[in-house]
Amino acid sequence: MNSVTFTLLIWVGSLLGGFWGSLVGLGGGVVVVPLLTLIFHVDIHYAIGAALVSVIATSSGAAAAYVREGYSNVRVGMFLEMATTTGALVGAALVLYLHASVISIIFGVVLIYSAYTSMRPLPEASQDVPPDKIATWLRMDSTFPEGDRLEKYHVRSVPTGFGIMFVAGVLSGLLGIGSGAVKVLAMDKAMKLPFKVSTTTSNFMIGVTAAAGAGIYLSRGYIDPGLAMPVMLGVLAGSFAGARVLSRMHVGVLRFVFAVVIAALAIEMIYSGFTGRI
Amino acid sequence: MSIDLERTDKRIDDIMGLLLRTGVIIAASLVLLGGIVYLVRHPAPVNYRTFQGEPLQYRTVSGIFHGATELTGRGLIQLGLLLLIATPVARVVFSVFAFLYERDWKYVIFTLIVLGLLMFSLFGRG
Repeated sequence: MNSVTFTLLIWVGSLLGGFWGSLVGLGGGVVVVPLLTLIFHVDIHYAIGAALVSVIATSSGAAAAYVREGYSNVRVGMFLEMATTTGALVGAALVLYLHASVISIIFGVVLIYSAYTSMRPLPEASQDVPPDKIATWLRMDSTFPEGDRLEKYHVRSVPTGFGIMFVAGVLSGLLGIGSGAVKVLAMDKAMKLPFKVSTTTSNFMIGVTAAAGAGIYLSRGYIDPGLAMPVMLGVLAGSFAGARVLSRMHVGVLRFVFAVVIAALAIEMIYSGFTGRI
Repeated sequence: MSIDLERTDKRIDDIMGLLLRTGVIIAASLVLLGGIVYLVRHPAPVNYRTFQGEPLQYRTVSGIFHGATELTGRGLIQLGLLLLIATPVARVVFSVFAFLYERDWKYVIFTLIVLGLLMFSLFGRG
């Protein structure tokens, strides 16, 4: 296989991964790593390097659209980014000390969790919560557009959210993913942010978190230009196409099929890890 | 006061969105251009099965800038990827000024901490 064919195949695979991922609300990274390691037999270090770069591309691209809609909470995002960037630095440093098999197994477990949450969207948090002392001091309470008017909401449990965000950052730096599922968990379940606000703010933070990990990846030599090029261009194009058709499609069945595929890939990642094939 | 602040917030959001979009478009264009040059010049297959790590010129900020001036395909791709990584960093820099403008000192400090961590990641060790 010459490099043009190889690059085109990777590009098409990443395009499909990015497309499916954005339809069901998973980032491109979680699809790209199994694709590269299991199907193209790429070393996991190069795979997570290429994946993390594509995560930045889709996050920044999507965040550009979201911030203008007035859903994302910039204060919550910036405050929690202290936790996620610290976590990402720790995670990226851990890659050096963990065996590729261990990384593969952790990846599989996180993948199963992501597939599970994508199947069952978190229920809308009830907004009958009183103001919280820390959140008030940090001026986090805000509004979001609901129909013609602005709906007010209060933010809760800042320390718990901060802690979960640190874990999300570690996973992002360790696995080359955006770990949006964990970020939404922190903001939705713990901090009681409305669903629209938590998903958009999470996307907003993913780029900064990934950039922190990517700096370390770059200096360690995990980011290969020849591989990252088709992955980044493919995931970016795919996720934009996915976002375009999303509003016109019924994704119920697709979501189920995708979750099954993701779960199968996850089991394969775990199995490959245990048998030492990765 | 609070109305003014909200309007400022909205304008900041608009500029931020534009900044992110521009960064991604320029980065993707550079990567695409570099990719074409790379594939035209290097039709031979590359082995990614075993990890060797990138040569130094693709690993440091200064090395990437230097490599890109030679206009090699891989050098241009790497410059595009560096620009992509820099896009969220630029957003954080912009946020520092936005919070300064709003005289929100707590968030100026938070944002500076995030910026410091990002700088450490990009320029630390060397």
